[in-house]
Amino acid sequence: MLRGLVKLTWLEIKIFLREPMGAVGTIVIPVAVFVGLGRVAGRTLSPGTLSDPSTSFGASSVWVRIILPVFAALLIALSAVVSLVTIISIYREGGILKRLRATPLRPATILTAHVVVKLLFTAATLALLVLAGKRYYPSGVNVSVWSATVALLISTWSVLSLGFIIASLVPTARFAQPIAAAIFYPMVALSGLFVPLASLPPGLRAVARLLPLTYAVSLLKGIWEGEPWFAHAGDVAALAVVFAVCVAISSKVFRWE
Amino acid sequence: MTAIRPPVVQVSGCRKTYGSLVALDEVSFDVVDGEIFGLIGPNGAGKTTTMECVEGLRRPDRGTIAVLGMDPFRDVYALQQRIGVQLQQAQLQKRITVWEAVDFWASLYRRPASDGRRLLDQLGLAEKRNAWFMTLSGGQKQRLFIALALINDPDVVFLDELTTGLDPQARRAIWDLVRDIRSRGKTVFLTTHLMEEAERLCDRVAIMEHGRIIDIDTPDRLVARHCPERTIVVTTEDAGAEQRFRELPQAQSVTRHGARLTIEGRGDDLVAAVIDCVSANRIRVSDFRTLMPNLEDVFLRLTGHSIRD
Repeated sequence: MLRGLVKLTWLEIKIFLREPMGAVGTIVIPVAVFVGLGRVAGRTLSPGTLSDPSTSFGASSVWVRIILPVFAALLIALSAVVSLVTIISIYREGGILKRLRATPLRPATILTAHVVVKLLFTAATLALLVLAGKRYYPSGVNVSVWSATVALLISTWSVLSLGFIIASLVPTARFAQPIAAAIFYPMVALSGLFVPLASLPPGLRAVARLLPLTYAVSLLKGIWEGEPWFAHAGDVAALAVVFAVCVAISSKVFRWE
Repeated sequence: MTAIRPPVVQVSGCRKTYGSLVALDEVSFDVVDGEIFGLIGPNGAGKTTTMECVEGLRRPDRGTIAVLGMDPFRDVYALQQRIGVQLQQAQLQKRITVWEAVDFWASLYRRPASDGRRLLDQLGLAEKRNAWFMTLSGGQKQRLFIALALINDPDVVFLDELTTGLDPQARRAIWDLVRDIRSRGKTVFLTTHLMEEAERLCDRVAIMEHGRIIDIDTPDRLVARHCPERTIVVTTEDAGAEQRFRELPQAQSVTRHGARLTIEGRGDDLVAAVIDCVSANRIRVSDFRTLMPNLEDVFLRLTGHSIRD
């Protein structure tokens, strides 16, 4: 079945690139926005003030150095999720899933192919982002492209698995995007990226601890700040658990039509 | 004839309900090797449900199904290697090309696949091999789905409402393709709500309504069994003809509209009797037509309503 998976993945990449907004929406726009912001920020902030946290420029430098890249990374992950949910529901609505089901292809192969496509585009976008960041962002950003990419892939993979459940259940493409957005944007708000977890009310904090995005943000932030991987083993474990649980649920509830 | 060939599809006592709706009710039938078998009936009769149960896409609540000796649920992946399926209302990715679809499908099967290029040639799609699916016409899409159903050189081909939405010309072309499949020794199991299609294409048909099979036989025998009436329309200036026809024992009624006489009776004898009468009495006729009932009439007789209602 591996041959089917490789062929389907390659096919879906080609089909995705033929979409009028396919590559532009996933790769070009995030990188362009990031680079644009970086140039603006780079002009406003001189390198000296960036490394000094005592100045007000120093505070905004944390924003530029850490929060903005992590936020950009999250948006890439979320766009992968929304795009996965949308494409699966379009395939279901159009009877494409049904047609694929009447072949020796197994459902896991179909989902895996789409996940691999999304991850490949996510990795490509992120790699470009980091490279662009090195060029345009002030010094002090010293992230390994590999570490950042792997961290984002782990995060995306886990967040995508939440997308599986939505994708398995949503009846039509028209509902898919708003439902995905309604679930994921509040998760971003609670993820600890903008408001530290410690300053959340206890109830919300408990909710935040159950959400995979919280661990994704912790991992991405840490790796982006140059922390070692072992410091984030807990995050990686939490993301793995989320992935396993979500895959188990979605394989139970997956609907072909 | 067909009875000595082994059945490739055996369905017995299948029942399927969705809530309080009984979709299939004690459905039983066999499809024998090398025939074109048609399941006919109006939309919502349970044709697609029956076919999807046989294909292993749905599981009946009760009853047994065997396809090529295999259980469509337990042996679903083994079975899919040996059957070809065309589904109602299926689509492919909008921007997949004809060739990519054929090539991908071929890669999914273990059996040495049919030559994709030759298949596209035969189905008249060779020029469209690089066209996106979304740009194909309805007939071209259906031909592509036939190609995909044949790609693994299957023993049984399932075709669900194959020509729905096609214009008459495209429909006829597809009929020829289906006869072609049979002539290559394959078994074809199709559904249709078009009586003309069933009549022209099928060796045997099962008439289905409200989830039940009402009768199964060749189209000719179904007509003979359920609609034995014959109507003959004769146009003649001969003033004595009407009385001669009335005297025939096989004729039940004779009505006149100007020079046109309509003779109604039962059985094949009627036609012979009228011809003999015309010839024995030297009646000069300018027109002679026999109106045969068809499957449409059989359906009306069996269910009390037209299939189009």
